[in-house]
Amino acid sequence: MYSYIDVLSVGASVGGLRVGDMLVQLFFFLLLLYLVKKFAWGPIINMMQKREEYVANEIDAAEKSRADAEKASQEAQERLKQMKQEAQKIVDDAKEAGQKQEQEIIRAAREEANRLKESAQADIQNEKEKALQALQDKVASLSVLIATKVIEKEIDEKDQEKLINEYIKEVGEEL
Amino acid sequence: MNHTAPIAHDLFGISWLDVNLANLFMVAVSSAVVFILSVIASRKLQMRPTGLQNFMEWIVEFVKGIISDTMDWKTGKIFLPLGLTLITYILVSNLLGVATVGVIGHDLWWKSPTADATLTLTLSGMVILLTHFYGIKIQGMKHYLKGYVSPSPIMLPFKIIEEFTNTLTLGLRLFGNIYAGEVLLGLLVMLATANIPFGFIFAAVPMLAWQGFSVFIGGIQAFVFTMLTMVYLSHKVSSDH
Repeated sequence: MYSYIDVLSVGASVGGLRVGDMLVQLFFFLLLLYLVKKFAWGPIINMMQKREEYVANEIDAAEKSRADAEKASQEAQERLKQMKQEAQKIVDDAKEAGQKQEQEIIRAAREEANRLKESAQADIQNEKEKALQALQDKVASLSVLIATKVIEKEIDEKDQEKLINEYIKEVGEEL
Repeated sequence: MNHTAPIAHDLFGISWLDVNLANLFMVAVSSAVVFILSVIASRKLQMRPTGLQNFMEWIVEFVKGIISDTMDWKTGKIFLPLGLTLITYILVSNLLGVATVGVIGHDLWWKSPTADATLTLTLSGMVILLTHFYGIKIQGMKHYLKGYVSPSPIMLPFKIIEEFTNTLTLGLRLFGNIYAGEVLLGLLVMLATANIPFGFIFAAVPMLAWQGFSVFIGGIQAFVFTMLTMVYLSHKVSSDH
């Protein structure tokens, strides 16, 4: 039969501090500490550290690529704006050049027209003068002819006298 | 039928070297169990943790939390393996005796190593020695000695006594909790075997409850031991004390 006292003797080993037990405990604990550090906890802690670094790196990389993307988009926007301005400028330039050319053409046309008009007028004047000259020449020779005919036919003393006078008078008026 | 300890007297002919072979055996078993479990759990480590690796990392985070609570993580970092080994070794030791108690002849062979005051006091003594060692190593001898007389020299005797009481309370708290648990389990086994039909029925339910409680106590005591270890270490290595 078991008794209460027997049960308490479960702890028979309580009594006494045995040096051997202490050394055994110390030896095994330190050995265990060394072994699990080397084979279990060390690798686990390393892995955790590696993961931490990896995550940190990933976050950094994500941050960097985000910043890059933002920068690129800003650049693109800038570029687009610049392009728009350039295009606007080209259109404006073209418009201006067109207007200039238009005016130029109109001016040239006007000048040409004026020139043509002037030359036509000069021609007309010239022709007119030529015609007048020719007419004058014709009239002179005709009048000489008529004069000779008249003189041949019926010039007499009296008439001659009258003609001379008239002539002289005419000359005198002209002078 | 008194249970006695299988003590080997005067080992190697040295007069003061007695060894309780049961202690030796159980310490070896606990260490082996801890080592094997740790190594099995930490095989095939991956960047993306699965299964046992998650559990091991949880333990690491847990102990890390204990250390961070008591001191600056930068100085406490080196105590992480110590804390991990302490908590796993003590937990396994506590639980070994909860599962069963083994007796061969009159000798008690299978029990918790932590149900022996010698072993727990060895652990606590080792911890206290480590606090002194790291106190001197990290803070320097001058700062370490100054700790005994601050805030005033009147504190010197108390500070010296504190070192011994710390050792005793740290070791005996663990021993007392686990030993008491084993004693009660032993009593319940007695009751169960003394009167086979009725005693067994009366003992079965309390036995179940007490074993569950012992598991709980075992976990709590492992945590408390590790926690106090870190507290004592922080007293010595933190500059704000």
